Amino acid sequence: MIDQLPALIIVAPMLGAFLTPIIGWRYQHLCYPWTLLVLTIPLYSAVGALFKVIRSGPFGYNLGGWAPPWGIEYRIDYLSAIMLVLIATIGFLAAVNARPAGKTEFKGKEAQLYTLFLLQITGLLGIVITGDLFNIFVFLEITSLSGYGLIAHGEEGAPMATFNYIIIGTIGASFYLLGVGYLYMATGSLNIADLATILPALYHSKMILVGFAFFTTGVAIKMGLFPLHIWMPDAYTTAPNSVSTLIAPLMTKVAAYLMIRILFTLFAPDFAISVVPVATILGWLAVIAIIVGGVKALAQTDIKRMVAYIMVAEVGYIVMGISVMNRAGLTGAILHIINDACMIFCLFLTIGAISHRGHGREINHFQNLSKKMPLTMAAFVIAALSMCGIPPACGFFSKWYLIMGMITAGQWIFAATLLGSSLINAVLFFRIIEKAYLAPPESQGHNHTDHEAEEIERNDAPLSMMIPIIMSALAILLLGLFSGKIIDAVIQHAVPAIF
Amino acid sequence: MGEVIYSAKPLWAVLVSMVAAFLILLTGDKARNLREGWTILAALIKFGLVFSLIEPVLAGKTIEYTLINLLPGVALQFRVDAFGLLFGVVAATLWIPTSFYSIGYVRTLNEHAQSRYFFSFAMCLSAAIGVAFAGNLLTLLIFYEILTIATWPLVIHHEDESAINGGRKYLVYTLTAGCILLLAIGITYSLAGTLDFVGGGFLAGHGSPGLLIILLIMFIAGFGVKAGIMPFHEWLPSAMVAPTPVSALLHAVAVVKAGVFGCVRVILFVFGPQLLHELGVWTILAGVVAFTVVAAGLLALGQDHLKRRLAFSTINNLALIILGVSLLSKNSMTGGILHLANHAFMKITLFFCAGAIYVKTHKDHVSQLDGLGRQMPFTFAAFAIASMGLCGLPPVNGFISKWFLCLGAVETHQLVFLFVILTSAMLDVAFFFPIIYNGFFKQPLPDVAGKIDEAPLIMVIPLCATALFSIIFGIFPNAFLNFFNIVRLAVTNVLGG
Repeated sequence: MIDQLPALIIVAPMLGAFLTPIIGWRYQHLCYPWTLLVLTIPLYSAVGALFKVIRSGPFGYNLGGWAPPWGIEYRIDYLSAIMLVLIATIGFLAAVNARPAGKTEFKGKEAQLYTLFLLQITGLLGIVITGDLFNIFVFLEITSLSGYGLIAHGEEGAPMATFNYIIIGTIGASFYLLGVGYLYMATGSLNIADLATILPALYHSKMILVGFAFFTTGVAIKMGLFPLHIWMPDAYTTAPNSVSTLIAPLMTKVAAYLMIRILFTLFAPDFAISVVPVATILGWLAVIAIIVGGVKALAQTDIKRMVAYIMVAEVGYIVMGISVMNRAGLTGAILHIINDACMIFCLFLTIGAISHRGHGREINHFQNLSKKMPLTMAAFVIAALSMCGIPPACGFFSKWYLIMGMITAGQWIFAATLLGSSLINAVLFFRIIEKAYLAPPESQGHNHTDHEAEEIERNDAPLSMMIPIIMSALAILLLGLFSGKIIDAVIQHAVPAIF
Repeated sequence: MGEVIYSAKPLWAVLVSMVAAFLILLTGDKARNLREGWTILAALIKFGLVFSLIEPVLAGKTIEYTLINLLPGVALQFRVDAFGLLFGVVAATLWIPTSFYSIGYVRTLNEHAQSRYFFSFAMCLSAAIGVAFAGNLLTLLIFYEILTIATWPLVIHHEDESAINGGRKYLVYTLTAGCILLLAIGITYSLAGTLDFVGGGFLAGHGSPGLLIILLIMFIAGFGVKAGIMPFHEWLPSAMVAPTPVSALLHAVAVVKAGVFGCVRVILFVFGPQLLHELGVWTILAGVVAFTVVAAGLLALGQDHLKRRLAFSTINNLALIILGVSLLSKNSMTGGILHLANHAFMKITLFFCAGAIYVKTHKDHVSQLDGLGRQMPFTFAAFAIASMGLCGLPPVNGFISKWFLCLGAVETHQLVFLFVILTSAMLDVAFFFPIIYNGFFKQPLPDVAGKIDEAPLIMVIPLCATALFSIIFGIFPNAFLNFFNIVRLAVTNVLGG
């Protein structure tokens, strides 16, 4: 049983997805428990895989028994193992959260919601688990296509945003495919481990350079790196709340994972430094992404859109950590992939819950919200403080490693950008916290104690939303406190040994 | 340093008020007596825990507890040495009178959001003890940042425009400082590979002099914001919009002293006297804080709002502490560190008095206090004692610390600093004595009651107690809490021998 774990991670949600419409044909209400049931399997298997990797190191799984490089190999090393756990956990919690909002957003089409939901998770897990370049493309397309379908169900403007996303996303995927094609022409192999041994001899071949350029650009589109981020804010703002909790935290992170794979596993790390100066370019793009994301976020009054722009900046954080090409920076980048996924997840969850209770997403609608939804707002505050890099929340620790990376590399402008960005985040979030926790202006003063607080009806999120919200808020704190452990056990092995 | 004891007591001392904070939140406004019970209980337990650490520390031991590894070589670690203990004892001791006083204050004024108030207060104390017992720079920063955030709800407590603006200003100053500190600590780590405090410093021999000087500037700027070193002091007078008990404990003791504490940690335990002498920057540092000492004293003269006047006096005294430490001589360090404790007792008394006056009469300007001493003799007597102490008059404890500061200034042969310390004492007289004179000797304003009519006892007793202790510590510096011995030990830890 344990040997088939890697296959189960993919097969279970995929088969589950195909069975969902059949179940939903007659019993629409069974789709939700079915989805949860299906998602426990990849969750269990991913955790099992992570422990196996920690215990005995990376391992491979040959799909259908075909040996690589001919067959497709599932390769689980430290990086992919922790990503699998991240995706499976957030996927599961997002599914728990999906029902209340999904009922209204996908009225009568819940079977479609859960089918695409499962396919989305299948794709994300697949990208991370597979060790085959073309297989990655297949999963990337599964993810993207199911994502388009889900996002298009959103509020007014969603179809247009989705159309933009389809055009740009397809270009990204095509670029990635072209990259695979060039590499295949030059080497005749698609297996990443195999390619990594063949490629160094060909580093200066034009074909490889062009392939590499297509790869990085394609992945940069998928992760929304400036200036290729234009699809992202619209798509994530207009997406249904039941869906944005899944796609927003994970899609960019998986693309970031892919970038790390390409730069550090497929190619040798010094390729991006000495052969083409892509590290430098990425670093400065990250600086601009952080500034632009932060400034644009400042200009928003819609909280969901604001978080979407913050994500542009957060992608910049990760890319910046990658670009300095040292141990501390890359550790920070990987840590931030995990931490940021939790923070964004928590933020989208709370925003979803707030919308679900009929409150607007404009900052002004947050007036006094802490009394109406105290637990939801408490979670929101934890995520917000983490975004500002306040310890002991996890955002502080990834910021610490990223800063250490910048200091080691002597990149003072990068370091200043990072710090400035956390101050911008503080401005962004404290204006909301101020609104949510302070009484409205007309009733200010001293002499209102208990009786007035009771007038405001307390109506917190429903249980199926509250559980993921509390879990993600706790995760933010625990990831912070145990970041040393996570780095010791997993991330330090995920960083290439030459650093 | 001597023997190391591994004990979780420092952790419990931090956690006890954090647990209490959540109990307070759960209890809520429904059962106010139970809620306040948690505060008092936590304050007493915390005091007991911290008090029990005095004896082993004085015996030359260090108490250590490692919670979890944050980074390779840097743990979330508590290490209680003499200097940290001093701050811990001051904060834990003064939380007890402040708790009683707070209860009287918020109930008399019928304040809103009392649960939030007591919750934040308990969190602040937790963070302050964490700052005191932190064994390395990163642990210190973590609690320092928690302290920043936990204070914010208290600053904006009144939720009116000036409170919100004060809160924003406070956040802008302190969060920016936090970023600078993070960068400085990152650079320190990349230079030295360690962040553990060592008496006498650990940075010697790492990095070029230029880089070290920039690093020192970053550290002092980062911690100096909370310590109110000019030009970073602006937030403190604005934060006086907070309720008075907050100003008393946090803006006279816990928060601002955390800034001073950080500065002293950096000067003595990261850089060390030796290195600062070699770099030759100690005179510049002392010059900057000396300027703050005098300028804050002068600015205080012009304040008519009582709490703002006290705020500038706080800035003046905080700078005095850092001045003593940055003069780097044995006696000046003793005076500076001792003043950290002594000033706390005196200044908290003054703020308690200001609060008592406000609760009773709703007066908060100096010009409104004429003749009020006849109505509130105990309050004004306590005020007189504490302000005499700040001027450096015996037998109040301020005399001892100022005496050592003067001795230290003489030792360094820099008479200008002696002049600064004495000028500051003159200025103290100039801005405190008119208040006492107005209160006791001027013709009473028409609205002053003819008979004794004080604030509630639950407020008057704490302020009399802290005033009394200021005198006791002036006559017996080692009474009860062994302050003087702890300070001596802290200085010995730094200078060796």
